[in-house]
Amino acid sequence: MGDANGAGSNGSGNGKFLNPTPMLDELESGPWPSFVTGLKDLAERTKKPMLRGVMDQLEYSYQTRMGYWKGGLVTVKGYGAGIITRYSMIRDKLPEASEFHTMRIQAPPGLHYNTESLRELCDIWEKHGTGLITLHGQTGDIMLQGIEADKVQECFDELNQKGWDLGGAGAGMRTGVSCAGPARCEQACYDTLEMHEKVMKHFVGAVHRPEWNYKFKLKFSGCPNDCTNAIMRSDIAVIGMWRDSIQMDESAVKEWVDENGMEKLVNEVVSLCPTRAISLKEGGIAIDNGNCVHCMHCLNVMPKALSPGKERGVALLMGAKSTLKVGFNVGSMVVPFMKMETEEDIEEFIDLADEIIDWWDDNGLDHERLGETIERVSMKQFLDGVGLEPSIDMVSRPRDNPYFKTKY
Amino acid sequence: MSSPERNWKTVESGPYPYKKGLHPVMQKNYGKWKYHEYPQPGVLKHVAESGDVIYTVRAGTPRQDSVDFIRSLCDVADKHADGYLRFTTRNNVEFMTPDAEKVQPMIDDLESKGIPVGGTGKTVSPIAHTQGWLHCDIPATDASGVVKALMDELIEDFRGMNLPNKVKIVTQCCELNCGGQGDIAIIVKHTRPPRINHESLSEICELPKVVARCPVAAIRPTVVDGKKSLVIDEEKCMYCGACFGACPSMEINHPEYSRFAIWVAGKNSNARSKPTLMSLVAHGLPNNPPRWPEVSAVVKQILEAYREGGRPWERLGEWVNRIGWKQFFEETGLTFDEDMIDNYRHARTTFNQSAHVRF
Repeated sequence: MGDANGAGSNGSGNGKFLNPTPMLDELESGPWPSFVTGLKDLAERTKKPMLRGVMDQLEYSYQTRMGYWKGGLVTVKGYGAGIITRYSMIRDKLPEASEFHTMRIQAPPGLHYNTESLRELCDIWEKHGTGLITLHGQTGDIMLQGIEADKVQECFDELNQKGWDLGGAGAGMRTGVSCAGPARCEQACYDTLEMHEKVMKHFVGAVHRPEWNYKFKLKFSGCPNDCTNAIMRSDIAVIGMWRDSIQMDESAVKEWVDENGMEKLVNEVVSLCPTRAISLKEGGIAIDNGNCVHCMHCLNVMPKALSPGKERGVALLMGAKSTLKVGFNVGSMVVPFMKMETEEDIEEFIDLADEIIDWWDDNGLDHERLGETIERVSMKQFLDGVGLEPSIDMVSRPRDNPYFKTKY
Repeated sequence: MSSPERNWKTVESGPYPYKKGLHPVMQKNYGKWKYHEYPQPGVLKHVAESGDVIYTVRAGTPRQDSVDFIRSLCDVADKHADGYLRFTTRNNVEFMTPDAEKVQPMIDDLESKGIPVGGTGKTVSPIAHTQGWLHCDIPATDASGVVKALMDELIEDFRGMNLPNKVKIVTQCCELNCGGQGDIAIIVKHTRPPRINHESLSEICELPKVVARCPVAAIRPTVVDGKKSLVIDEEKCMYCGACFGACPSMEINHPEYSRFAIWVAGKNSNARSKPTLMSLVAHGLPNNPPRWPEVSAVVKQILEAYREGGRPWERLGEWVNRIGWKQFFEETGLTFDEDMIDNYRHARTTFNQSAHVRF
């Protein structure tokens, strides 16, 4: 690969390397950047047969409205996950992309890059694989798409020497995700980037050698705006939280009112507070902090005037997952507040996460996510099993049926 | 072709170090930012306690990128942003500079390369999507193509900040929902039970795992031509395709029997209302590559009604909650039908358990 092997012999015959792809070509028009144009240009420049094969197969999928990849098992030495294996089901018809494996690579926390690292990654990937990259997968991985099985180890070794490591797949810890964090956001209530890095380093073995009931995801959002969608997508969602009062800069509030008017203050700030914790006061506002649920709305509208409190940490919501099998589950509050300032605080989180995973691994069924196990076995047993105290913050209301037994 | 003598010992290093990727102004003011503003669409301005300022220019990408495209992003970062860039969870790229003078030239440079600037604040943020025919092993449709076709139509809503609040759109190419919750979601819906390949089933699949995977217990063991296999209770099966993920012999995908459904009102954020799950509002749309025009048309109908009726800061689901689902269907011109009444577990939590009704 990488040379002009096959060029012209299999192309469209008019000097082009690629075969005709009339349906895909329809995705080249229009103002949004086209992945088809990107793929075609890359293929014409590099003359990689695998790229031609994958374009042919994608065109065939568009024509027949069917997918043609099947899984398999490819890995690197010492690891049991991180390579998503794809073999073509129509390799007899279109042999050039008979293998098209993906390498999942753990991105930097917060997806903060410098160009030197990113160019290095591109160069290594172009040398061994197709040069097609997804930035980023739904679980936050860099996905290097399109490599043959016998080139995976060599490619990995070269990447690994430059500090890159494989991400998760299968029934193990998955790659973490974190928001932009304190690097650029005043609303970050803890160091999402540092916590992401430390925690995922602790779980690195579980990322590479999956052996649990099913997948386990951790995501780190700096505040309840939850830019990483942790509440919907992670077994443990780490959400920034404060537990004292919102910090208010009264002169900035006045400035905001001067600029935007009283009507907007009432309609867009006071009225939209979900617990009616804001009232008008002396041309500005007063906040009933005891009744604030930390939703972030007023801070989002008036970021110069209002900031999270000073006593900051994290809340942990647990059990989120997508449709399979019992329907979508939203993460629910388990730990309303935990300090997250020091190494020891991160260690304390790791100890709790280890407890939770052990409990889930012991009590869960095959292919069952944490939220499903908690619902099936009961929250009461879960709390008991992991050593957490029940709290009113865990429910939206107390139970409405008498089907329980207790110690009297 | 196998690699020569291996002389590297793997370092299980985990995430790539983030500190290398932080602009010096972001390193200096780490954890000490004070507030942010939206000076113009596609641009953020963050101000630190020290008085330092960093501007961010946000732009859309195809997500399925070539190394050439990524290198061209690096060129922009080297030229205008001191060699740093980051990505958002919705596949936007961001370039940071402390220099206000560099913002407009950077925007011009990006736009001249065909990379649209926008996606901040009250916009349609780029569509979170899955792998589709390009790489997935169980897709009923493509993902990148649907997204490209739709973003072509919605690009002005990506550039401008003229919606009541942000709109997050997701697509997924099977029913099992890798895309997650969004204000609007485009999800495949199969319309027939899987076709079972009895020849291969017992050879490549673990039968109990396939039986256990079904959400409605519609799969039973059986014997076909002397081979262990499975049978589907077609009355119970609701064509979700979960079994196909466990066993490729349960062939759910079919060019005619895969359609699209549209879901709305999902929300991840805690701002104002609690996070919400999506509801089904349209289905039976054709799986029509390469540009899926019927899907784009419904998404635009929903978006226009929301633009018209939503109040400032109301997310799509919050708008529906205020006006009621009946009016949502009137405003969008969509039709409520019997399949939109839940019949799975917890269905009663979606019934109207009150005398509240709008006439």
